Amino acid sequence: MFMKRPLAIAAIVAAMIYPGIASGQETIKVGNTMPYSGPGSAYSEIGKVMKAYFDKVNDEGGIKGRKIEFLSYDDGYSPPRTVEQARRLIERDKVLLLAGTFGTPHNLAIHRYVNMRKVPHLFIGSTGNAWNDPKNFPWTVGWQPNAHIEGKVYGSFLAEHHPNEKIAILMQNDEYGRSFIAGIEEGLGDKVSNIVSRATYEATDPTIDNQIINLHKTGAGVLINLSTPKFTAQAIRKVADLNWHVVHIVPTAAASASQVMQPAGIENSQGIITAAYLKDPTDPRWKDEKGMVDFRAFMAKYAPQANAKSVFSVIGYSMAQATTYVLQQAADDLTRDNVMKVATNLQGVELPLLLPGLHLENKPDDVAPIKSLQLTRFEGETWAAFDPAKQ
Amino acid sequence: MEFFFSQVLSGIASGTIYACLALAVVMIYQAIHHLNFAQGELAVFSTYLAWQMLEAGLPYWIVLLLVVLLSFGLGWFLQMVVMRPFQNAPMLSNIVVFIALFTIFNSLTGFIWGHDIKTFPSPFGFGPLVENLGISRHQAAMMAISAIILTILWAFFRFTRIGLAMRGAVSNPVSSGLVGVNVMAITALGWGMASAIGAVSGLLVAPVVFLEPNMMLSILIYAFAGAVVGGLTSPGGAVLGGFIVGIVESLVSTYVPVIGAELKLPIALTLIIVVLLFQPAGLFGRRDIQRV
Repeated sequence: MFMKRPLAIAAIVAAMIYPGIASGQETIKVGNTMPYSGPGSAYSEIGKVMKAYFDKVNDEGGIKGRKIEFLSYDDGYSPPRTVEQARRLIERDKVLLLAGTFGTPHNLAIHRYVNMRKVPHLFIGSTGNAWNDPKNFPWTVGWQPNAHIEGKVYGSFLAEHHPNEKIAILMQNDEYGRSFIAGIEEGLGDKVSNIVSRATYEATDPTIDNQIINLHKTGAGVLINLSTPKFTAQAIRKVADLNWHVVHIVPTAAASASQVMQPAGIENSQGIITAAYLKDPTDPRWKDEKGMVDFRAFMAKYAPQANAKSVFSVIGYSMAQATTYVLQQAADDLTRDNVMKVATNLQGVELPLLLPGLHLENKPDDVAPIKSLQLTRFEGETWAAFDPAKQ
Repeated sequence: MEFFFSQVLSGIASGTIYACLALAVVMIYQAIHHLNFAQGELAVFSTYLAWQMLEAGLPYWIVLLLVVLLSFGLGWFLQMVVMRPFQNAPMLSNIVVFIALFTIFNSLTGFIWGHDIKTFPSPFGFGPLVENLGISRHQAAMMAISAIILTILWAFFRFTRIGLAMRGAVSNPVSSGLVGVNVMAITALGWGMASAIGAVSGLLVAPVVFLEPNMMLSILIYAFAGAVVGGLTSPGGAVLGGFIVGIVESLVSTYVPVIGAELKLPIALTLIIVVLLFQPAGLFGRRDIQRV
C-alpha cells in the first residue's frame, strides 16, 4: 500500500504538469528492454542506435506529425528484470507496442505476458525458435532468421563440404546455445555422427580456455562455436594459441568484426565462417553504396558515441527502420490491432542494410520477417562473400 | 597423462587470475577485517584508467606506475570520505556500503567507457613460454608479478612498523589508538594498498579475458574462494588458494562427468563452505583469538 500512494501522487503531479502526455495522444510510445548493464551489455549498442534513429524520425516530422517516444529500460541481462520492466512499460507507461526487446531467455520470460495483454511484441532481438508461432502467440513477430534456420545452414554446409571431419561444439549453456542444435543436426543429416564432443560454459565463467583445450583434444577438424561475443573472442584467441587448424564457425550474433574479430586478433580470425543477413559496416563491398553512406551519416549525426563499425549498430538501425515502417503504415489508425495487421502482412519491404536479395516478408500464419542467410567468411579485416562450392 | 597434465596447467592458468585478485582481497581484509565486495569493480575502474592512458599513447610501464598511484589515491579517498562515517557502524551497514560501491563503480565504468569489449595489451606477449607447455609468456609473468607483490606484502607485515601497526589497528583499534597509532590513516593506507594491488591484478587479467565492465564479476567470487581457502590473513595462502581453486575447478569439471562445466562456479562456493566448516581460518591463516 505504502508504495502506491507516492506513485499516485506522482501521476497526478505529472498529469498537471504534462497534460499532453497524460492524455496519451501526443506521442507514440514505443517500449523496449535492453541489457545496458550486466554480462550482455555489449548488445546495448542496439538500443542506443534505435533511440538515435527515432530521434531522427522525430526531427523529420515524426509519424504524421506525432513524435515517437522511445522508452528503453535496462534489464541487466536478467530475465526476471525484463519481466519487471515489461510490466512497467505496459501497465504504467502504457506503450503502444514493444519493439526490439533483447535476448532469448528475456523475451521468453515476457512472451506469455505480452500476448495475454495483447501488446504488439515486434522485431525482437533473439535467434530463438519460439517467435514464429502465431497460433499460440499472435502478438509476437520475430526478427532475424532463427537459430534453427541458422543451424541448418551450418549443418548442410558441413555435410556437403566437410563430410569427413569430426565436429566439436562449444555452446553457452542456456536457451541461446541450445537453440542451434536441432537445426545443426537436421542440416547434417546422416553425418550427425560426426559430432564427437560438446562442451558447455556458463555466461558467468571468467574464461573458456579449459573447454577449448578439452575440445582440441578430441582431434576435431570443425569447431562450431555457439557463444556470445566476449567468449567468442576468447575462443578465437585460444584456438590460435593452441595452433588448432580448424574450420571455425561462429553464429551471426557473435560475428561483429569490430567487437569480436578485432579484439581476438585479425590474424587469428582469418577464415572464420558465419551466416549473415545484414551488411557489415566494415565490408568494403558496401563502402560507397547509398544505404551504407546514409547509415554512416546518420551515425555521425545522431549517435556519435556509438560504434559505427559494429554490426549491432546496423541491427538497431534496421530494427528501428522496420518499426518506423510499421508505424507509418498504421498511422491512420494507431491501435494495437492495426499495428499487428501491418506487422504480419509485410510484403517485400526493403531495408537499406539487408543483404541483397533479402527483404521483410511475412503473412499472418508465418510471421518470421527474414527467412534466409548467406554464408560469409572472414578475410583480411572484414567479412567477404563466400561460395563454398568454389573452394 | 599428458591430458591430465594439460588440465592441471589450464587450472594453474586460471588460478593465476584468481590469485592476483585474491591478494587484493587479503590486503583489504588485513586492513578492515571485512571482505570488500567492490574490490573487483575498483580494479576494473583502474584498468579502464590505464586503458585510457595507453590510448593516449603513454608507454606501458609509466601507465602501470601512474595507475598504481592513482588507485592508491582512490582507495585512500574512499576510506577517508566514504567509509569513515561508518567506522563505528554495525557490520551490516558496512556491507551495504560495499555493495553500493560495487554498483556505483560498475555502472560508472559502463557509463564512461561503454560496454563493448576492448583489447588490453600485454608487454610480455602471448607466445608460449616453452613450446607445447600450454603456459603463455603473459601467464608466466602474471605468476612472477604475483610472487613479487606477495614478497613485498610479506615483508611489509613482517618487518615494517607500519605493517605491525596495521595488524594492531585492525585487531584492537582502541588500544592501538591509545598507544599512538593513527588508526584512520592506517586503515586508509590499507584501502590504498588494496586498490593498488587490485589495479595491478586488473592490468594482468585484462589481456587474458578482455576488458569490459563486468570483467571481474565472477573472478571476484573465485578470488574470494581462493582467499578463504588459503586463509584471509595470509597473503601466501591466498595465492596458493587461488591456484587450488583453479586446479580443482579444472580437474573436477573434466573428470567428474556429472559436474561438467555447468557446475564450475558452485565448486568454488562449495570450497568456501567446506573450508569454513573445517578450517575456519583457512589452510594457512592465523586463527583469530579474542580476549574476553
